[in-house]
Amino acid sequence: MTDTQTAGAPSTGTAASGPAGGKKDEKQERIASLWSDAWRDLRSNPIFLIGAFLVFCMLVLSAVPGWFTSGTPFAANACTLQNSLKPPTGENWFGFDVQGCDIYTRTIWAARNSVIVGVVTTTLVLTVGGALGLLAGWLGGIMDSILSRITEIFFAIPLLLGGMLIMSGREGNAWTVSAVLATLGWPQIFRIMRSSVLQHKNNDYVVAARALGASTVRITLRHILPNAIAPVIVVGAISLGVYIGAEAALSYLGIGVQPPEISWGLMISDAKDRFLQAPHVLLFPAAALSITVLAFIMVGDAVRDALDPKLR
Amino acid sequence: MGRYLIRRLIQAIPVLLGATFLIYFLTFALGGDPVQALAGEKKADPLVAAMLREKYHLDDPFLVQYWNYLTGVLQGNLGETLNGRQVLDLITEAFPYTVNLAIVAFAIEALVGVTAGIMAALRRGKFLDQLVLLSTLLVISIPVFVTGFVLQLLLGVELKELGFDFFPVSFNESDGFKAYLLPGFILASTSLAYVTRLTRTSLMETMRADYVRTAVAKGLPRRRVVVNHALRNALIPIVTFLGADLGSLMGGAVITENIFNINGIGGLIAQAIRLDQGTVLVGVVTLLVLVYLLANLIVDLLYAVLDPRIRYA
Amino acid sequence: MTSIDKTTNVPAPRAASEGTPLLEVRDLHVEFHTRDGVAKAVNGVSYSVDAGETLAVLGESGSGKSVTAQAIMGILDMPPGKIPSGEILFQGQDLLKLPADEYRKIRGSKIAMIFQDALSSLNPVHTVGAQLGEMFRVHRGMSKKDSLAKAVELMDRVKIPAAKARVGDYPHQFSGGMRQRIMIAMAMALEPDLIIADEPTTALDVTVQAQVMDLLAELQREMNMGLILITHDLGVVADVADKIAVMYGGRIVETAPVHEIYKRPAHPYTRGLLDSIPRLDLKGQELYAIKGLPPNLLNIPSGCAFNPRCPKAQDVCRTDVPVLHRVTEQDGTELPGRGSACHFWKEQIHG
Repeated sequence: MTDTQTAGAPSTGTAASGPAGGKKDEKQERIASLWSDAWRDLRSNPIFLIGAFLVFCMLVLSAVPGWFTSGTPFAANACTLQNSLKPPTGENWFGFDVQGCDIYTRTIWAARNSVIVGVVTTTLVLTVGGALGLLAGWLGGIMDSILSRITEIFFAIPLLLGGMLIMSGREGNAWTVSAVLATLGWPQIFRIMRSSVLQHKNNDYVVAARALGASTVRITLRHILPNAIAPVIVVGAISLGVYIGAEAALSYLGIGVQPPEISWGLMISDAKDRFLQAPHVLLFPAAALSITVLAFIMVGDAVRDALDPKLR
Repeated sequence: MGRYLIRRLIQAIPVLLGATFLIYFLTFALGGDPVQALAGEKKADPLVAAMLREKYHLDDPFLVQYWNYLTGVLQGNLGETLNGRQVLDLITEAFPYTVNLAIVAFAIEALVGVTAGIMAALRRGKFLDQLVLLSTLLVISIPVFVTGFVLQLLLGVELKELGFDFFPVSFNESDGFKAYLLPGFILASTSLAYVTRLTRTSLMETMRADYVRTAVAKGLPRRRVVVNHALRNALIPIVTFLGADLGSLMGGAVITENIFNINGIGGLIAQAIRLDQGTVLVGVVTLLVLVYLLANLIVDLLYAVLDPRIRYA
Repeated sequence: MTSIDKTTNVPAPRAASEGTPLLEVRDLHVEFHTRDGVAKAVNGVSYSVDAGETLAVLGESGSGKSVTAQAIMGILDMPPGKIPSGEILFQGQDLLKLPADEYRKIRGSKIAMIFQDALSSLNPVHTVGAQLGEMFRVHRGMSKKDSLAKAVELMDRVKIPAAKARVGDYPHQFSGGMRQRIMIAMAMALEPDLIIADEPTTALDVTVQAQVMDLLAELQREMNMGLILITHDLGVVADVADKIAVMYGGRIVETAPVHEIYKRPAHPYTRGLLDSIPRLDLKGQELYAIKGLPPNLLNIPSGCAFNPRCPKAQDVCRTDVPVLHRVTEQDGTELPGRGSACHFWKEQIHG
């Protein structure tokens, strides 16, 4: 039953597919509908909405902490030892830490370092890992082999352990931590991007575009990238949360962000010895950290579910 | 099968070389001054410093230093610290604690994680499934050093006051297996959540496979369909994850051991960081990379056992 | 929903047979609840098969032919699938009312199914011997050893060379044709009364297709089984089927004994299918094709589901769902087993 006459190929399988035009239109329609379907899904998904709201809050909080608290933790009179470990009151919502500093102010201001680490690391990782993955997947051959072997080497070193290794004996701040985490984290995105490109590279629409004489760069940017990027974005969102957690862990161990800078990890580390006596000193920064990590993971999870047609 | 194993072994060699180089590079070429660190806050005595530099070839070019190190490692010499202790001795002392801890954690992770994942997958969308999804999300989000710390106090201190002394607050070898229970659980927690979610997704996926439909059409009881046909295939990615995770369990032990004062590899690392003992760090991390590669090798073998398509490829 | 009632009242015409047929599907409806709405996959299908008889169910993908088969087999995913009404009588017993465990015992032993893609339908991690033997172990309680001996026997029966040596091989080590033979062996294992073959040869090379079809037909004759052959390939049907049911949009649009349909189709859709077969004697002429796409099951066209694509559609086709009319000769003589769900079946067959 070969059918050479009609434009609508009968082999599409789905009863609901619209009229098919040229290959390019079909492909763009498919990408557009993938994202618009996903968006329709996300708009009504409470997990996504809550997560996105929290992410938004964190971004605002770190950009303009002054909107949320009148004090700054860096002022000369920010801490009074007399207030040491005082529990929360109506005026000082989160109470005071061991130095007598207002925990609310410090928790708010500490968001900045976490968000810097999360955003900067993820941006670096996506750029480097994404670009190299695209290259390796598309070019294949020797380039692919070399890059893949290199990622294997990086994969052998656990993120936190490698972070400790590099950070030890170094002046830590949000930027160096980001650089270190990105150094160790890019292979993950590389792998996903590479396999994603490989998966789409041999799809009919790419083969068709190539047969029609489209240039390699054009095919890669216009046809492969938009398709391959979905899983990369999902993993990016989730690992943003993971990087924030890793920064906190490094700071907790004393080799991340250094005082007088503030970080949730540092605050938790300072608070742990007096946890039973004054649990609030630990719980508020811990909650802020957990909620932030949670928010990014929720968004990533929801986007992944929305983009996965198999789950429908 | 034998050829497959040999191929994998050969492939592991460049990774091991590359990883040690990377570790060595990250620590020494980029690192601080170990001699100064030994001296602490005050300025190091220039004469002593020069002597130490001479003794440990610290002024040699980086590549020469690495080559010396590598040949040493191949002869079983991981170097010594600047105060003269053999790194290998330090590691052999600390290693058993971490191995025990990792084994307990791994067992918890594999047993609890896979079971919870299966239960969630078979009750997709129901209450139990939602509960598993939510609790794993929380476990992944809350940093280990917070969960660990809070659980240590709640279970170790508060529960003890109520008369249940199951979870000692701080690690004591004489407690035997019991001593590893809580630290092991905490070390496992994040991976446990991932394993649970992975099992759930993987099983849900294989439950939709054509061969599972065939199994149903053959009139097999549901239990047999799930266990022999769906789960058997779903295990393949789970085993891969578990194997790769063995390495990160050892890495994560730093924080767990810090919380419970266990003098294992993690304690050693924390101490090395504090004293800026680069050789110890490099030695430990190299060892952990070796463990990771070994675990991967085992995974590859298991993979071949579980998936005949690979065995005969 | 008067239209459905109308279809119900007309019993499906079929070849005369004594007593109850082996399998009788009565006014079966299947729908899938998706987030985009309710997809009505099967909308009142009735057909029957007798022992030793072959019914070919013909239709495009999405016509509901496979869904009907899966409903008979009891392997529909529910949810999202749902069977709001209908009966599936197997040896006089309504399968839909059976307790789950009894239904399960019928699957594989009394009714078996052959799937289209043997590679994905066989479990990649078990040997073919284990998968064949499983039938005997589960349904007959045989030991592992005995069941393997049975598996070798079965593989011999479906003419797999060196069966004894290959019983420990995995599915991916066989060729496509051999894999489909294994699927057939698995379905035949317990000598069921009814076999449902869902496009058993579609995934195979043309040269192998005939061999596999012949094997299937031969085994069916030997065991006097009922066979439901689901296909979209009219060529396959002519050789093996006794009668044909053509499905479109979840309904049966035409039923007929096999050879009559080629001579005189009574539905424009069947006509279209026949015309789109390439023919050597018409070489050089443009090939006929049915215009348009299969109906969207979420939103089936009103009236006759085929009307948007039908070259002969009139106003009545857009408003009234045609029932399955009994088809007769011009003088009113009964044509046994023939039916057409077209308002203009007379014009189609006699015009």
